Amino acid sequence: MTDSYYGRPILKEPAWKVPDVPAYLFLGGLAGASAAMAAMADATGRASLRRSGRLVAAGAATASVGALVHDLGRPARFLNMLRVFKPTSPLSVGSWILAPFSGLATAAAGSEVTGWLPGVGRLAGIGAGVLGPAMCTYTSVLLADTAVPAWHDSYPELPFVFGGSAMTSAAGVAMLAAAPQDRAPARKIGWIGTAMEVAAGLRMERGHGIVSEPYARSGLLKAGRGLTLLGAGLSVFARRSRIAAAVAGSAYLAGGVCTRFGVFNAGVESSRDPKYVVVPQKLNRQTSKTR
Amino acid sequence: MGFFTDTSVCIGCKACEVACKEWNDVPAKELDLLGTSYDNTGELGANSWRHVAFIEQSRPSTVDLGMPGVRDEQDGVRWLMSSDVCKHCTHAACLDVCPTGSLFRTEFGTVVVQEDICNGCGYCVPACPYGVIERRESDGRAFKCTLCYDRLGDGLEPACAKACPTDSIQFGELDELRERADRRLAALHDKGESDARLYGRDPDDGVGGDGAFFLLLDEPEVYGLPPEPFVTTRDLPSMWKHAAVAALGVAAGVVLAFAGKRR
Repeated sequence: MTDSYYGRPILKEPAWKVPDVPAYLFLGGLAGASAAMAAMADATGRASLRRSGRLVAAGAATASVGALVHDLGRPARFLNMLRVFKPTSPLSVGSWILAPFSGLATAAAGSEVTGWLPGVGRLAGIGAGVLGPAMCTYTSVLLADTAVPAWHDSYPELPFVFGGSAMTSAAGVAMLAAAPQDRAPARKIGWIGTAMEVAAGLRMERGHGIVSEPYARSGLLKAGRGLTLLGAGLSVFARRSRIAAAVAGSAYLAGGVCTRFGVFNAGVESSRDPKYVVVPQKLNRQTSKTR
Repeated sequence: MGFFTDTSVCIGCKACEVACKEWNDVPAKELDLLGTSYDNTGELGANSWRHVAFIEQSRPSTVDLGMPGVRDEQDGVRWLMSSDVCKHCTHAACLDVCPTGSLFRTEFGTVVVQEDICNGCGYCVPACPYGVIERRESDGRAFKCTLCYDRLGDGLEPACAKACPTDSIQFGELDELRERADRRLAALHDKGESDARLYGRDPDDGVGGDGAFFLLLDEPEVYGLPPEPFVTTRDLPSMWKHAAVAALGVAAGVVLAFAGKRR
């Protein structure tokens, strides 16, 4: 039996809005992996994959910024995010990744659509592609660097869950949008991402004692994993069948959304129940005393 | 500068709550009966910077400290009262994670939000290991105890300490307060109150010691306090390392996917 003051939570529940912030996590990852994919597609001359990757990176990055601004208590002050650069604040570091990334991704997409300044578009695309992987994983530090037990304790796995999930999401859009002859790299990206996400996710659900509970009982995380594995399985047939590619791509995207919301909700749940604060902290105290 | 709150002499009058609201112009809320003893404030938050907890325990006081309660031979009820406040941590997570620089450390060693900078990102809220700072619904920005920054600047003590009739809330230099707290703890232990303990006093704890620390008569969680809080940014270097490795993994995965001959 865990004592707390009239059973009240010890921590404040994260004030972040739903769906804004989980959507921001999903869109940021999708944008980052798409930009990296587009840059490689450009380098290897896969035009349709480059085009879809650039457009998705720009669109998702813009929507991600929009979701972040909408979540602010004072949206008119969103530029205060760039007032300082603060290495101790993952949101400050993230803003400084997100801002140039969005600009570069938008420039690359603009060049793609209009056909203007292809050289500048290529450079912008490379820049966004280099920043892309950081876009995929910085949000995991954003969540982990809190007192929320489930988020904080899973900081070793969370970046791999988010990175893998970003890859499958980007692969999902590419499967829906790219020409059949360009789908092969997207399928591989999806498989690598699936392996990364599933392995890290299982560890996260089992490796942290009582604090793993909210992850382990999350229906959203189970659905996310199921859909991701479905996408990975169906994409085997995506080379020949347009339908298989479309279903696999949709499954990847739906899985990505479920995973992000699942991680977000599990954290919120762990902040609500005082036992996730009290039990591990008392355990820590005992072990540090006997040491 | 900081607070030492000696809960063993708190009488639950809530003068601290009222003085804080009056001085700092903290919005009132509608009267709400929570059904938690005499506590209708509930918790610390954007609109309550001092919170007096009332804990009713169905066990007799081991020692008569002059606390109210219901006593009989077999079992009794004892009342614990404690005025909670922002801890003004030496290693403050809210301050660390604030992306705008709105939260800062003052010349008094306290942690204060600059309201004209805060953009309401809400990051400080889940970062606080004590669940203190909160976004104000009506305003969007984050608010918490300032340890009466304006009064300190004028050489005055904070409103809550000034109003406390029993000196349960004591304000002063932390070193001096710690000595005073040690003496009080020793006196209580001598009386036989073996459950008495100091909370947040130790400068070597997970938050580097609290600028507002307490003398409690039971386990911290009974008062709604975390037993062994720590500053989350303690692990930040390792978090970034893991994220960097994962990002390199993503990059390598994407590059690898394009390798090999085209089919």
